[in-house]
Amino acid sequence: MAEVLRAVNLQQVYAARQGLFQKSLSVHALNGVSFSLNAGETLAVVGESGCGKSTLARALTLIETPSAGELWLAGELVDTQKKPEAALRQRIQMVFQNPYGSLNPRKTIQQMLEEPLLLNTQLSREQRRQAVSTMMERVGLRPEFAERYPHMFSGGQRQRIAIARALMLKPQVVVLDEPVSALDLSVRAQILNLLTELQQDLGLAYVFISHDLSVVQRIADAVMVMYFGRAVEYADAKTIFSHPQHPYTQALFSATPVAEVGEKRERIHLQGEPPSPLHPPPGCPFGPRCAYVQAICRQQLPHLRTLNQAWVACVRAEAINASSLPNTSAKSLLHSHAPP
Amino acid sequence: MSLLTVRNLSVAFPTQNGWFQAVEGIYLEVKAGEVVAIVGESGSGKSVAMLAVMNLLPPTARISCDELKLDGQDVLTMPPKQRRQLNGGTVAMIFQEPMSSLNPCFTIGYQIDETLRIHLGGSKKERIERSLHLLDLVGIPDPKRRYQAYPHQMSGGMSQRAMIAMALAANPKLLIADEPTTALDVTVQAQILELLLKLQQTQGMGLILITHDMGVVAETAQQVVVQYAGQQVEKQQVAGLFKTPHHPYTAALLDALPERAPAGDFLPTIPGIVPGQKDRPIGCLFSPRCQHAQALCHEQQPLLQALPSRQAAWLRCHYPLNLTTEAVDG
Repeated sequence: MAEVLRAVNLQQVYAARQGLFQKSLSVHALNGVSFSLNAGETLAVVGESGCGKSTLARALTLIETPSAGELWLAGELVDTQKKPEAALRQRIQMVFQNPYGSLNPRKTIQQMLEEPLLLNTQLSREQRRQAVSTMMERVGLRPEFAERYPHMFSGGQRQRIAIARALMLKPQVVVLDEPVSALDLSVRAQILNLLTELQQDLGLAYVFISHDLSVVQRIADAVMVMYFGRAVEYADAKTIFSHPQHPYTQALFSATPVAEVGEKRERIHLQGEPPSPLHPPPGCPFGPRCAYVQAICRQQLPHLRTLNQAWVACVRAEAINASSLPNTSAKSLLHSHAPP
Repeated sequence: MSLLTVRNLSVAFPTQNGWFQAVEGIYLEVKAGEVVAIVGESGSGKSVAMLAVMNLLPPTARISCDELKLDGQDVLTMPPKQRRQLNGGTVAMIFQEPMSSLNPCFTIGYQIDETLRIHLGGSKKERIERSLHLLDLVGIPDPKRRYQAYPHQMSGGMSQRAMIAMALAANPKLLIADEPTTALDVTVQAQILELLLKLQQTQGMGLILITHDMGVVAETAQQVVVQYAGQQVEKQQVAGLFKTPHHPYTAALLDALPERAPAGDFLPTIPGIVPGQKDRPIGCLFSPRCQHAQALCHEQQPLLQALPSRQAAWLRCHYPLNLTTEAVDG
């Protein structure tokens, strides 16, 4: 299928002022991220808070222009030096995490959903009304509710509204920033099913940002694990869940609790927390927390390289996988319920 | 002896449209060294029930209860001053969001010291020593420096550890943890849960874990209580609950989990939403969303009844699931 989004070595650097008279330090929030996404596919971006997931989302949706790197959207190179054209922005839309914060409480659903049309199209009032009611029906909301305000809806319904708003301009790519983590269990499945359905019907490509691995395993085609602004592992979902190769991926998978009694598995203990972005450690940023760390890890920064059908940024990946010490983890995450 | 006994606890709040029944007829018993998980979606009344136990609800709340005993003492008839002494000493609570439950104006050390001063006393030097020991116990590196730190200088995981240190300061017999890891990353969550269980085991504490994460429940709890719309619908041992859930709500909740759902593009869902104040059904509260509901379910509320074949298990359902398989299991 056609490629709709490609990122090559994306970087985002922010300046952090230490004090009034001190030199400002630069923070690499995003440090060379590359991937490619086809229509109808889902790329899951996984990582802990502060790893650059949301910075990536902002760069992809052109909310912020990246400091360096190339971004191709639907075959067009986005000029990161200029303000991107509206036509280009329409092709990529975003759904935010918290449906209680992302909807304007003073606007009706009709006003919110037709705003993108008002700004970007020449449709008449009647056409806009028609488009809104079609879209509401599409995402499973009753069109009669168009004149209601967000506070009259439940969390799940609000997330449906947010999804409808993102789809109003018929984008090719939707960036979903933790779209179900604020929702209750019983509603979460409803929204995930809606997303799958919309993807199948409209051929949407999703960039799905999440920390919930059980959800990711369910819906992703490819998975990128991020740590400290870098991709540490990037592979298709089946490969990464059956055989995670980076020590951080392994630790992340083993830390995720599984809703199955007696599934006690060897847990890889991660000590401490991610390093401060102002003072990055020398060499591999995961080094200070890694169980397999050796002198070489502190000397050189590992780059992504191919290894067993995956991209892995670890110098010692072969040695670690051969030793296969505390690594029954991923297998049991992928227990009998895994999709074939 | 049981640390906490709750019989028929109900809590209602006044609203513009009359009383809202947030918690309805809760029973709970926690023994020393036991981990009980309370599971439910938002609005199921799990936090409100525990705040009622802690006596932390606003005065407008209408609380009724047949029996409420903490560590053998009847707290319903206790004078307020004496009741307040129990908080922090006999029973302590960890709240969901460490960032907003710590006081931003005082150092971590001061806030831990407050608990120690009230409950244990001792000289200033002894208290500082104990505070540093506590910070070390919960895995905060460099306790001396952190003792002086303000909450905003610490990360989420560190703040939650400080909260735990504070809750443990006066050696409580019962610890109530309200979603202690929801605001944290998974690797930090694993550290915090392991810490709580380790402390619970070494000190023989009773632990009530409020959560909505079934994975956390499966890995930590011994007993599980499932709540729905303010009512308890099922209580079982953890293994039984995950293997043979008897209430249709529990079963549907487990089925909707991405990791347990059968393969295929779509997940099984529970249609509809939790009933609010105005649309509470006459019969079983889950009946409008229940696949197995029959005429009786829509007319009459089922009562909480004990399951004779299982120890300390109860259920609120007219037509429970999986009872035949249980009989076969013995």
